[in-house]
Amino acid sequence: MADLLPTTLLAELTYRCPLHCPYCSNPLEMSRADAELSTEQWKRVFSEARALGVLQLGLSGGEPMIRKDLEELVAHARSEGLYTTLVTSGLGLTRPRAERLKAAGLDHIQISFQDSDPVNAEKIAGTRSVKQKMEAAALVKSLDLAFSVNVVLHRGNLDRLGEIIEMAAGLGADRIELANTQYYGWALTNREALMPTRAQVERSKPIAAAAIERYRGIMQILYVLPDYYEMYPKACYAGWGRVYILVTPDGKALPCHGATQIKDLQFVNVREQSLATIWRESPIFNAFRGDDWMQEPCRSCPRKSTDFGGCRCQAFALTGDARATDPVCTLSPNHGMIEAALTIPGQMPDYIYRKVSGEPQPA
Amino acid sequence: MMVDVESRPRLWRLARLDFDRVRQRRVLLYPEGAMFINETGAAILELCNGQHTIGEIASALGERYGTDVNDDVLEYLTDMARRDLVTTRG
Repeated sequence: MADLLPTTLLAELTYRCPLHCPYCSNPLEMSRADAELSTEQWKRVFSEARALGVLQLGLSGGEPMIRKDLEELVAHARSEGLYTTLVTSGLGLTRPRAERLKAAGLDHIQISFQDSDPVNAEKIAGTRSVKQKMEAAALVKSLDLAFSVNVVLHRGNLDRLGEIIEMAAGLGADRIELANTQYYGWALTNREALMPTRAQVERSKPIAAAAIERYRGIMQILYVLPDYYEMYPKACYAGWGRVYILVTPDGKALPCHGATQIKDLQFVNVREQSLATIWRESPIFNAFRGDDWMQEPCRSCPRKSTDFGGCRCQAFALTGDARATDPVCTLSPNHGMIEAALTIPGQMPDYIYRKVSGEPQPA
Repeated sequence: MMVDVESRPRLWRLARLDFDRVRQRRVLLYPEGAMFINETGAAILELCNGQHTIGEIASALGERYGTDVNDDVLEYLTDMARRDLVTTRG
């Protein structure tokens, strides 16, 4: 396994966020601001990541613009040669700040939108946000920064897929990422309210397919179907510990977003070990490499090197066993729990919002 | 989007052709992706600036390598356009 080189680092700079999206994938228990890595610690992590082979850097959160040192971090990432994407709500993006980020060498900015319908968008975000997002997108466009719109899809907005794509095109986006909700963290709490019906999913497919062709060469459209409706699970980040590293605001290095939920993993902090040591030697990054850990039906499955048994975090979150086949797989003995979750209530339940005490505002 | 010898391809504005000093390889970087590129691929992509037609790019490379590469260049750029990494529009 020593020859595996990571390509992607997701740096979750802070969990602080002005939005309260019911599909938030961050853990239920989030660390406080005073536990966040310092500027110098993040810069060291970026340098170590590049030396280890990482090419792509995502600056995410929470809302990364809450960090006052964001420009300094971007400049450092760029000097290391990383392709840097800022993943933001757009809230708090002023013209001077956007100009400084561009000057620092930011490659690409991704702004989240919740819906094309402004009332529903703010219901989902749990706060006033549409006007600020529109202004942020216009600002980014006026500075000719490369930008993507990203929209998490679910029962409450999937019927407006066509309108959402038109909205992004109208904003002049270079790219739109349309991913159906993945049920980790807070999203699992809201699964009953978020899960689209099969009819919604089927209606969405030709709309996305036609738009992809119509906008080819103008706006790239990425459409990710909900895995609950698929035959086989997704190859979570191309397999555990193969290409992807996530570092949490307080410095935990993880192979997958939902890994903090897995109970018997021993977390390693970038404050204590180098990223290279963590990548190569830590028990957590080696826990599900290769296929020795697999159970049936994965162990003898011809797809085991295609989807790696699906997502370990999803397997744990749903079955309590991180070595189990991802229940999304129709071959899983636990697939019944997915089918049960697809019994969609006639009336959409209310969202349960995450509220963090002492709500911060973007810098 | 039609791609033919008259098209004038440009690298996608979100893509950056770079050199990965860790792997000692040319690499095309773009949102959430990295594609390792061989020398020939890099030579083609370096000419994708919206100024030259695919036919002209193929001629230039054919001269450099002393062989007819017209079909290979068209096929390569058609594939790159299908992946949204090269555009012939706008």
